Amino acid sequence: MRSTDFTWLIGGPQGSGVESGANIFSKVCAQMGYQIFGKREFYSNIKGEHSYFTVRVSDENIHSNVNAVNLMVSFDAETIFRHFDEIVSDGGIIYDSELENIDTDRVRTLDAPFKERLHKFLKSKNKPFTIAGVLETAKENGIKLYPVSFKNLLTELSEELDNPRMRGLVRMYNVLGVSLSLGLINMPSTSLVDSIDDIFSKKPKIAEMNKKAAIFSYNYASNNFENFSHNLTGIQKQPDTILVQGHFGTSLGKMVSGCRFQSYYPITPASDESVYLESNEILEIENDRPGSTIVIQTEDEISAIGMMIGASLTGTRSSTSTSGPGFALMTEALGWAGINEVPIVITLYQRSGPSTGLPTRHGQDDLLFTVFAGCGDFPKIVYASGDIEESFYDTGNCFNYSDKYQIPVIHMMDKFLSSSVVTCKKFNPKKISIDRGKLLDEVEGEYKRFAFTDDGLSPRSKLGMDNGVFWNTGDESDEYGHITEDPQIRIKMMDKRMSRLDLALASIPIIQQAVSFEVHDYTIISWGSTKGPILDAQDMLKKEGIDIGFVQIKLLHPFPTEYVKSLLQDAKVLIDIEANHSGQLGKIFKQNIAREIDYHILKYTGRGMTSTEIYDSLKKIVQNKAAKREILSHGA
Amino acid sequence: MVLKLADYKTDVHNDWCPGCGDFGIVNALQMALAEMGIERDKATIFSGIGCSGKTSHFINTYGVHTLHGRVLTFAQGGKLANPDMTVVAVGGDGDGLGIGAGHFVAAGRRNIDMTYIIFDNGVYGLTKGQASPTLKLGEQTKSLPSPNTNSNVNPIGLAVASGFTFVARGYSYDVRHLKDLIVKAVKHKGLSFLDVLQPCPTYNDVNTRDWYAGVDLAQESMERHSRIYKLEDTKFDPTVNYAGEVEVNEKLSQALIKSLEWGDKIPTGVFYQNELVSPFSTRLTDKIPNYLENPPAKQIISNAGSPNTDISKILDSLDV
Repeated sequence: MRSTDFTWLIGGPQGSGVESGANIFSKVCAQMGYQIFGKREFYSNIKGEHSYFTVRVSDENIHSNVNAVNLMVSFDAETIFRHFDEIVSDGGIIYDSELENIDTDRVRTLDAPFKERLHKFLKSKNKPFTIAGVLETAKENGIKLYPVSFKNLLTELSEELDNPRMRGLVRMYNVLGVSLSLGLINMPSTSLVDSIDDIFSKKPKIAEMNKKAAIFSYNYASNNFENFSHNLTGIQKQPDTILVQGHFGTSLGKMVSGCRFQSYYPITPASDESVYLESNEILEIENDRPGSTIVIQTEDEISAIGMMIGASLTGTRSSTSTSGPGFALMTEALGWAGINEVPIVITLYQRSGPSTGLPTRHGQDDLLFTVFAGCGDFPKIVYASGDIEESFYDTGNCFNYSDKYQIPVIHMMDKFLSSSVVTCKKFNPKKISIDRGKLLDEVEGEYKRFAFTDDGLSPRSKLGMDNGVFWNTGDESDEYGHITEDPQIRIKMMDKRMSRLDLALASIPIIQQAVSFEVHDYTIISWGSTKGPILDAQDMLKKEGIDIGFVQIKLLHPFPTEYVKSLLQDAKVLIDIEANHSGQLGKIFKQNIAREIDYHILKYTGRGMTSTEIYDSLKKIVQNKAAKREILSHGA
Repeated sequence: MVLKLADYKTDVHNDWCPGCGDFGIVNALQMALAEMGIERDKATIFSGIGCSGKTSHFINTYGVHTLHGRVLTFAQGGKLANPDMTVVAVGGDGDGLGIGAGHFVAAGRRNIDMTYIIFDNGVYGLTKGQASPTLKLGEQTKSLPSPNTNSNVNPIGLAVASGFTFVARGYSYDVRHLKDLIVKAVKHKGLSFLDVLQPCPTYNDVNTRDWYAGVDLAQESMERHSRIYKLEDTKFDPTVNYAGEVEVNEKLSQALIKSLEWGDKIPTGVFYQNELVSPFSTRLTDKIPNYLENPPAKQIISNAGSPNTDISKILDSLDV
């Protein structure tokens, strides 16, 4: 068993510093040697709606959240109403004692369906519809309550420091909450100060105040709170560990892979990547003058893909980052890139559809759409990363695929990944290679951009290159790129382009196509960010002597039929796990492999899967108690 | 090697209708390229969709025939990544002012150093003559079942309002004048726009060559009757000389007022020019000093297949 497996939850209205609070907490725990898996949930809203962050802390590698929360800290009522039932029986709640008399009607952001469920529960327990009522039920379950008046804390602090301004600084409640939590679990306070310095590095004055408030409340918790079930006093740090946010994998991957042009239109949860790239637009280049990434915010996603294609035609590695609705707008131009054999990489951070759907929530709803995106037959690669660390290296591979096969590549990510904060092994840029395929450095003699060749790949000139003049058109074209409607050329050109799919399957290393985490009688197939919770659930079951296999499919189009078939030949019961309604991978699997999926574990609430949920469903499957479609619903 | 006009022509069969105004535009463009001596491999013609979209295939430079309405997006991306090349985007009025109107406006805000030419004929020719954005309200061209129910877009006015820094109009049957305008537009530092009146002999039987020539007016008068006149033959001064707000507003306003002139007198020539607005490349070099010397298309990204980008500082900052 793990000696430490601790989940902390902080919640509050959007804009109240929940995220920076969680970042401080994560950083402190990571600096004390622990592994972190943190995840943020938020509404499509700027200020006021409920957002929360769960941070799971362990001494061993972890890849997911669990259902159980050990300690919750809350400086608003809504967090308590929404999450009190997630706290385990030896867990604790640190809360602002000023909130006790607040009833559910006072919290206007509590929506009617939720309130109805909560009232029904409280009524059954004979409790009032107040914070006090809710906390009583928690207490009856063995949860320890740690009331503290945040207002009094600030008052005492301002008196101690003789700084009356501090009294009203409710913006510091997040730091108070984090510090009280760290004090309660006995985390050494040294790294707390360091982390605050880090987080507020651009605002030294604010850092100073926050540090004072942090130490004050840390000490308050140490001196006043009674003992808690969890002590996290620090462990040996693992070497080469970094703490990263969700989009760091693809954005750093793009820098290293030589992506020098990124056009984008703002959309959740993809824009963070583009903003990060622009924040780091000037690049250090080994033994050379600085390089740069030109990041252009366009007027819409159509322009984003158009600009990216234009840039790619100059020989520049080019990319965009978007989410489902934006990608929907890009599909006409995607076909243009297909027929013109233009290498582009679209990083698709999925969210929950259809249409605007749940715009700030997680989903893997776009697999079928992506595989079939665009009018007409043209080759493309659809590739999915399972975690943030993988996404760094996969980004490198995606650029190589697009250059080598001269086709568009859609790199699928999602909201689960983008709003995670995790510890992982430091990215190693030297493990990324750069293969530009048949991109020319010079042209001699007559040049035909779409020349017929034995391998179906034509040498590629670039706009502005000496003697490399060519034409492009969205019409069918001849070898020069001029329009043709000749039926015989049409056959040859279609065959030439579509041959890339077989070429890709034959030449992409199988380890990049699919990954087997053991195959047993019961074996899971899945793709993308479900990897983390699946691995953790698999591990939990293994400890109980139940072996479940797992094959992660990364190359989704062209589908690696033969390889996946061979991996799964000893599996008797197939379980498809996905964050969508229709089991989209299952459909593609069946289409290609002609084999039925026995069980689906699906979640489409917009909240990411926890390993606990997957564990529960797998166990039911093994015990033959499961439904064909296990639908998961954990999470506020 | 001195380049001749013939060097800019491809042998691709031109399938435009006999008498099409597009011929004059492609000729003027080829003449302009030859006059400026721009190397064939240092220019790219981007085109939209429709009859005008085929232009890039007839010109012997790099040619990118893009998507309906999207030509400016491709062209801007190409120019941003390789600022050394001369970029001319062409397309129809339906392409640029209908489906592509959003890109038209956004391009004006950026002021990227390139040229956009609209082949303005009031109809969607290749789809058999539906009304396009520049056709006037109530006009009924040959294939319309009933008079046009939409008001027209004013291309010059929209360009001026959107931030284009060179705005001009040409006439496709005055090829020399059009060539001169294209040379000016390409040499302009910033985003230049040329609205080219281009009769569609097959579908626009309202704004015909004879109509522009004022043949109908001639029946009433023996004097010079062409509707088309040149602004440079008048006292109209389109150029902003100082960056002062008063002068800029004055020049913008007179361009807009001039653009509303239509009917018996139709102005051509330069309506507005302002080289004091920073081109986009300057906005980029303000934050990326070596952008123009080391633009995306020129950057070396690997060394023997291994990346040469050093992100170690960023990675170290993420160390726990």
